[in-house]
Amino acid sequence: MSLDQKTVKRIATLARIKLNPDRIESLQHDLNRILDFIEELNEVDTSQVDLLGDGTFSTLSFRKDTVNDGGYVDKILSNAPEVACNMFVVPKVVE
Amino acid sequence: MKTNLLHLTLAEARDGLKKKIFSAVELTEAYLKAMGEHRHLNAYILETPELALEQALKSDKRLAKGEGRALEGLPLAIKDLFCTEGIQTTAGSHILEGFKPPYESTITQNLKNEGAVFLGKTNLDEFAMGSANITSYFGSVNSPWKRQDGKELTPGGSSGGAAAAVSAGLAIAATGSDTGGSIRQPASFTGTVGIKPTYGRCSRWGMVAFASSLDQAGPITRDVRDAAIMLEAMASYDPKDSTSSSREIPCFEKVVGQGVKGLRVGIPKEYRLDGLRDDVLSLWEQGIKWLQEAGAEIVNINLPHTKYSLPTYYVLAPAEASANLARYDGVRYGLRVRGKTLDELYENTRSEGFGEEVQRRILIGTYVLSAGYFDAYYVKAQKIRALVTHDFEAAFQKVDMILTPTTPTPAFALDERSTDPVVMYLNDVLTVSVNLARLPAISVPAGFSQEGLPLGLQLIGPAFDENVLFRGGRVLEEAANFQPWLHKKSSSSL
Repeated sequence: MSLDQKTVKRIATLARIKLNPDRIESLQHDLNRILDFIEELNEVDTSQVDLLGDGTFSTLSFRKDTVNDGGYVDKILSNAPEVACNMFVVPKVVE
Repeated sequence: MKTNLLHLTLAEARDGLKKKIFSAVELTEAYLKAMGEHRHLNAYILETPELALEQALKSDKRLAKGEGRALEGLPLAIKDLFCTEGIQTTAGSHILEGFKPPYESTITQNLKNEGAVFLGKTNLDEFAMGSANITSYFGSVNSPWKRQDGKELTPGGSSGGAAAAVSAGLAIAATGSDTGGSIRQPASFTGTVGIKPTYGRCSRWGMVAFASSLDQAGPITRDVRDAAIMLEAMASYDPKDSTSSSREIPCFEKVVGQGVKGLRVGIPKEYRLDGLRDDVLSLWEQGIKWLQEAGAEIVNINLPHTKYSLPTYYVLAPAEASANLARYDGVRYGLRVRGKTLDELYENTRSEGFGEEVQRRILIGTYVLSAGYFDAYYVKAQKIRALVTHDFEAAFQKVDMILTPTTPTPAFALDERSTDPVVMYLNDVLTVSVNLARLPAISVPAGFSQEGLPLGLQLIGPAFDENVLFRGGRVLEEAANFQPWLHKKSSSSL
């Protein structure tokens, strides 16, 4: 499986990364190199593998469903690039 | 003779402080001075001397009253992946430059609770993605070690700043994190000890996420005893990390000297890679002899899926990274690059804020998770991860620990690095299986390469049995009698 430039651009859009046109070719090359490397996994027969029983690490602990954190808007906003009225400011979304 | 404070292990410094041979302020000042003299290594992204001295002063007061805690007054370096309240935390990325977390990571809180002094935040590969500390936005780190040709060498990565700092005497011990080898490989390259504990031993709360099912914190130290002391302080059950373990944390330091008599050590033939260097192979043979001489029984074992670990990792780690790094969008914190629309703002911010390697991994991760490819890549890789794990489970029916080299080569020069991403990925070929299987593993400096550079040996243990690693690691360390960089430096300058 080999990625064409159109697919590289589509993935970049999905990942919300702007690609300058001069980078597409080298990225296409690198990504295909990595995919070739990953391709080796197809040699392995995984038809008998059950992903559900994972032994030692399968038990996650439960906790009570209660509010145990919060109430510090100032802290949360302290690193924001732009703030107004206790909210994060972004470019207009709805015209 | 005046004690050289920079040469002391964590345990020796702890005992010196208790006996009041020197004060925490004196110890901290010695390290701050050394940091100032070694800025060319670029080991730290941020030094925090005032905070360090303030804490050292508090520690001295406690020590005077005989109320010293486990790490009272001991100057540590913190990998800049751990959130520290009110202190810049960057993960080596432009996108987090200037970010001051409003909370403290559990790991650093645990260390603070034991009285540790923080010297600053150490450099790392951007978002811990790399094996040479060359992807950091804040510049690459130089190893204090030099080859005869005098070229600048990598300290390894991603915990490259931490390893360089411990090796060069710029911190007595450091925190690191290990997703595919990021503690053990730099430890091997710099002649230090590094342990990646079992997944779940250390809380991931407040540790900037790379690949959450693989990430685990651990220490980089001068010797095996120090690693035991550090890990004991770092490990805890933490309700804020649902994958953290509530199993009892043993007193690791107690077992360090217990030896390996009667223990069975597995040697996996699959780790004998094609083209593995002679010096690495003969060090491995030497390690086998040392353990045998200490009374261990050597058993040949098979880990048949070893060769698939690295490609499996390069599906799973980027997939998890692409999801974890979706949060950096220029809205709530970190860098913002303006755009006319919200999507443009996201795209501009992420394009400028992330470096090349991080972008590559996000794109690969996005691709393998995208509609139509999820089963072919991600589910397939998860299944092979299960097979790798089963290999280890079967092996640990027969043996108590496994011995392998840590890295296929010693440290390389910064200008010798490959431009092929896959060649760079091969650095982790001997370390990455352990992360997939969530097992604990330690790297111990055991000898030197043909070029006179440090090489480590790796011991792998069963889940939640770090004890055997400290026992075996100590045996290797004693037998190797490795001369660290600090000692080499002082003997050559006589």
